[in-house]
Formats: sequence, C-alpha cells, structure tokens
Amino acid sequence: MRALLAMLLLALSLGAHAGLEPLNFDSPEQARRYQELLRELRCTVCQNESLAESKAELAKDMRLRIHQMMLEGQTDAQIKEFLVSRYGDFVLYAPPFQPNTWVLWLGPGVVLLIGLGAMLMVLRKRARALPADAGGIED
Amino acid sequence: MWRYALPLLVVIALGVLLFQGIGRDPSTLPSPLIDHPVPAFELGTLADPSVRVSQQDLLGEPYLLNVFASWCATCHLEHPVLKAFAEEGVARLIGLNWKDQPDDAKRWLVRAGDPYALILADESGAVGIDLGVYGTPETFLIDANGVIRFKHVGELTDAVIEREIRPRLLAWSDGAAP
Repeated sequence: MRALLAMLLLALSLGAHAGLEPLNFDSPEQARRYQELLRELRCTVCQNESLAESKAELAKDMRLRIHQMMLEGQTDAQIKEFLVSRYGDFVLYAPPFQPNTWVLWLGPGVVLLIGLGAMLMVLRKRARALPADAGGIED
Repeated sequence: MWRYALPLLVVIALGVLLFQGIGRDPSTLPSPLIDHPVPAFELGTLADPSVRVSQQDLLGEPYLLNVFASWCATCHLEHPVLKAFAEEGVARLIGLNWKDQPDDAKRWLVRAGDPYALILADESGAVGIDLGVYGTPETFLIDANGVIRFKHVGELTDAVIEREIRPRLLAWSDGAAP
C-alpha cells in the first residue's frame, strides 16, 4: 500500500514538470516568476500552447533563453519586450491594447451594447403597442 | 426601412472583416524585425568553426540570408530555387545552418550541391531566436546597410523571388537609397 502511494505521488510530481527542463534558480521566488512568465508566453511553432507546456524544441530554446535572462537580472517586462521585438505581439497570450487590437478588445462589448439597444427598442415598441390593444395580456 | 437595412449592413461589415482572414496562413507571423538592423551575432562558419563572422562583416552589399537545416524537408524542396538564385549572381546568398549537426549539414550539401557563398553555423539556435526564427526555412533579404527589408517564412519559390526579392534588389542597384 505504501509502495503504491509512493508510486502515485511520484507520477503526480513528474506530471507537474512535464516538458520542462530541470533548471537552477537563485531563489524560489525567481522560480515562481519563471513559471508564471512561461504561462503568459506563447510557443511560436505550436501556436496554441504556452511556453510552460510546449514540448517543441524551439519552446525549450526559448525557455532556456528566458531562464538565462532571468539569472542575468532582467525583469519580466524586459524579457517580454525582448521576445516581442523578435517574434511580435503574437508571443504574448494577452495581446496589448493598441490600435490594431481595439476591435479585438472592444468588439464583444460593442456587440453586446448593440444587442441590448435592439432589445430595448423592441421592448419599448411592444410596451407602446400593448395599451392600444384591447385584449392586453390575455392576447 | 432601417429595420431591414441595418441587419444587412451589419452582415456585410462582418463579411468584409471575416473575408480578410480567408487565404491568410495563421501560422505565418509578421516579423517585427522588418526595417530593423540584423541583431548582433558572431558565429563560426560551417566549414571552419574557428572562422568567426559577425553581422558587421556582411555590410556593404545586400544579401539573402537563408535559414536552413539538413533535417528540414521543406529546405530540400526550395534548394533548386536557391541554386538558381545563386547562379544568377544578383546578390550574395548566405546560409544560416540552424539547429543542425555540422556533419549532417555538410554531408547533405555535398549531395545536394552548395549554393551558399558562406554558411554560418548556429548549432544552438541562439542566433535563430535573435532573428525571430520559428521554423525552417526562413529567408531574410538584408540591404547593404545591414537592415532587414523582407522576410519569407516557408518554401522560397520563384514567385516570391520575382514578386518580393528581385524588385527590391533592382531598385537598390539603381542607386536608390536602400
């Protein structure tokens, strides 16, 4: 039973680091920062995976570069800026708010407003039509 | 009137927006390096790792930088196009052998023919990251001042050379400032 439990725990701990290389960090805080940063960055060859989960060779190279930059004392913002300057905004999972992404960020809100407006118009029209209607609700 | 016109307009606007996406390859990323200088690098050549070449050494004339690897099937496909381009001699063809075993690359070039004036060996892929390379083949057109002017991702074809590369090279050789 104990052996089984040990195996289970081992399997779980392996899963948590799947696809990632063992790396040394200056502090646990830095290791946490690294993990968080990877989740915000996209693998450029396997576009629907983040750098935290991708097993692609290029993703590994990008992780090693990020790790190296972190050990050199660069901030998250500097590392992101470097990757954006090489691969474009695409590497960021959350695209920045700028003119070419306004439609992306604001579009859903605008569509929602149009829908609400249309609904209000229809409801008002109905409310106006009802009193004139002799039958009212029973109609 | 508006009751019918408005939905129609919305549908047309949406149609125009979505139509623009048709035919675009979502895996092709626009390079932010266009109109920026080639990132600084220093690499050994494939022939001799002790011969170091930096981006400074390549200034003075435009060149085509082709990122390739012996393990990359699409690179094999575009190889005849590169050979024809090199034979024509309109610009230098420089290779960046990316994430490859030097011996594999050399063996493949002996078999397929070596059209490159110079091949830089980027075995670790570090310079590739600096160039924003995310797959092979990729081809950069760089002007005499070392500024990247055009990038093509994927197989280089005659059509791309005629449409994008040759007109630029001709314009530069006519004396127009690159």
